[in-house]
Amino acid sequence: MSDLRQIAFYGKGGIGKSTTSQNTLAALVELDQKILIVGCDPKADSTRLILNTKLQDTVLHLAAEAGSVEDLELEDVLKIGYRDIKCVESGGPEPGVGCAGRGVITAINFLEENGAYDDVDYVSYDVLGDVVCGGFAMPIRENKAQEIYIVMSGEMMALYAANNISKGILKYANTGGVRLGGLICNERQTDKEVELAEALAARLGSKLIHFVPRDNIVQHAELRRMTVIQYDSDCQQAQEYRQLANKVHNNCGKGTIPTPISMEELEDMLMEFGIIKSDEQALAELQAKEAAAAAAAAK
Amino acid sequence: MPQSADKILDHLPLFREPEYQELFKNKKEKYECGHSDEKVAEVAEWTKSWEYREKNLAREALSVNPAKACQPLGSTFAAAGFDRTLAFVHGSQGCVAYFRSHLSRHFKEPSTMVSSSMTEDAAVFGGMANMVDGLANAYSLYKPEMIAVSTTCMAEVIGDDLHAFIEQGRQKGSIPEDYDVPFAHTPSFVGSHVTGYDNMMKGILEHFWEKQERTAGTALNVIPGFDGFAVANNREMKRMLDLMGVEYTILSDVSEVYDTPSDGEFRMYAGGTTKDQTKAALNAAATLSMQEYCTPKTLEYIASKGQTVASLNYPIGVAGTDAFLMKVAELTGKAIPAELTKERGRLVDAMADSMSWLHGKTYAVYGDPDFCLAMTQFILETGGEPKHVLCTNGSKSWAKKVQALFDSSPYGKGCQVWAGKDLWHLRSLLATEPADFIIGSSYAKYLERDLQIPLIRLTFPIFDRHHHHRFPTFGYQGGLRVLVTILDKIFDTMDLNTNVAGETDYSFDLTR
Repeated sequence: MSDLRQIAFYGKGGIGKSTTSQNTLAALVELDQKILIVGCDPKADSTRLILNTKLQDTVLHLAAEAGSVEDLELEDVLKIGYRDIKCVESGGPEPGVGCAGRGVITAINFLEENGAYDDVDYVSYDVLGDVVCGGFAMPIRENKAQEIYIVMSGEMMALYAANNISKGILKYANTGGVRLGGLICNERQTDKEVELAEALAARLGSKLIHFVPRDNIVQHAELRRMTVIQYDSDCQQAQEYRQLANKVHNNCGKGTIPTPISMEELEDMLMEFGIIKSDEQALAELQAKEAAAAAAAAK
Repeated sequence: MPQSADKILDHLPLFREPEYQELFKNKKEKYECGHSDEKVAEVAEWTKSWEYREKNLAREALSVNPAKACQPLGSTFAAAGFDRTLAFVHGSQGCVAYFRSHLSRHFKEPSTMVSSSMTEDAAVFGGMANMVDGLANAYSLYKPEMIAVSTTCMAEVIGDDLHAFIEQGRQKGSIPEDYDVPFAHTPSFVGSHVTGYDNMMKGILEHFWEKQERTAGTALNVIPGFDGFAVANNREMKRMLDLMGVEYTILSDVSEVYDTPSDGEFRMYAGGTTKDQTKAALNAAATLSMQEYCTPKTLEYIASKGQTVASLNYPIGVAGTDAFLMKVAELTGKAIPAELTKERGRLVDAMADSMSWLHGKTYAVYGDPDFCLAMTQFILETGGEPKHVLCTNGSKSWAKKVQALFDSSPYGKGCQVWAGKDLWHLRSLLATEPADFIIGSSYAKYLERDLQIPLIRLTFPIFDRHHHHRFPTFGYQGGLRVLVTILDKIFDTMDLNTNVAGETDYSFDLTR
């Protein structure tokens, strides 16, 4: 049990956390690791590519049907997917009602109490969008994930979210063992993307663990409910995920306590890279533009 | 007005005076807009029919008068059994007021605990600030040796992390670096007070035992479990263990704190298991739980530390006490002394003396899982029939154990077990398939009124009768007490039914 490695993937909604994590874990299994994926998202799509189907039997869905989570058996919710990867989805309420955060707590407690963590080398949590409440911070509590990987891109809001998640990690890192494992940049083909990701990682006292290039094959595989590893094991993108898996695997114990920055510092950083302009610069440009337009109108 | 300074009427006669009767009549006629008395009586009668019973048992989304409380009641009770320990509940104040009043109303003693008083802003921003301030205040105001933290639903829904918060409290200087703050997450919407007892007990043991090396010794640990009769039962248990010459530690002993004397000194803390005893308990040879359903996780943890563990189901009566003494003898190698054997004989003798009155009496029993098992067994021993055994916090496996008890005796034939049902279910069950007596807590007095089935108060909470908890129900001595309580009700009921002169008094006998 002490050798159990627990990791979690966080990141802005829609950034490709589930896709990245599933592809990475599918590659990790090639290193002879026994893996359990715990999807902590009410949408329950964290295991779709491993199971080749959307998991219907989520913990909370079945608990609601059975009347209480105590009436559930582990076999009811634990499904085996690609190369024996074990998959569980916490599930949760419909959008707009109930409390999904509490659902994550209930589901993780259930899994621990019922021995889902026995006989695996890795537990990986895939957590929705942002650490909006205590429930979604459950995987970063003491004795849960040792390292958090933040999936991000060169887009401003993804950088912002990564910084925010670091704040969440910092809250628990001082009193517990959780660390920031690193950033994973999912290429969006924005300006100076690698440089920006590396700069943010440096500011956060962490590192860019891997830059995953954009490749349409991911989309092709996803449409077929597969990871790239399963869909086309020899393609270049599969190699990328294998590299990432190796890096994650060898990153054990190398996580750091993050040093999140303020919103102003983040904006300053973007300005340094010329991604956004300072107010004066923007104003000057606007005035020049207006002047040019006025000159044109005067002609 | 009928009230005068010379002769003050209390509420019972006062509201029967004509002025008040007139007032109530007016209020009902003019403002209450209720149905006619006939209609009300008709519906009340219908709720006692088989038709209603079936609807009632098919009920899915609602509990009416569940015979259980929530986790923190059990966790704070467990904490109170440790020396100079303050139970600290992270959550809203109202919940904690409820635990305190519940315990105070039963034990007729002050019940000390504090809350972190979370309000709306804490629900939004998380309760860390409340924890940090709360620990500082509790520590400096009440000077406990240890603060045992558990939670209410509010803190659980927003996902507050107790471990991290307590460490923050330490770092911010609320409490000294090495101060003991065991904790347990006790969401009220999961399980019941017996679950909370289990969680807190495990939390405390983990706090003192984790990372400690065990040197196996010969002593015995005993965990009483959540018990409204703990004051007397723990003492009776200690008396029996002393008679056997057993070296033991009671883990969580509330017998002092919930029974302090009036001698001019207020004791916020009294007695209980000390920290040194708790630490040393790791080295015991074995741990015996008096209530299986109060300690599943705790025993699992203790077993993982290398101790032998065993559990009983609340040792009441002959077989119950036999099981207790034989288990202690087995675990410690100590013989059962002749004195206890004699006590056993006395209980058997008393039961035999009253046999003709006990035989064939039927009962409905409800309460905590272990109490129900114990009471079922005892009723069968007296030749009575436990017609309905109902437990709101009982599981399917519990129901199987009760059924096995039914099957073990001819008196168990046709008896029914009801897991997960509430007292409104019990009302329907008793209206359609009655029993002679109800055995339970004060809450069944409404069933007693509605169905004219006499209530025997033998389990927590007992709010409306005083001091019963000061006499044991454990052991052969306790068995006598339980026997007398049941017999008194049987005889009182019989006298009430035979007291019309010249009509029914042919059975109004002086000697029974």
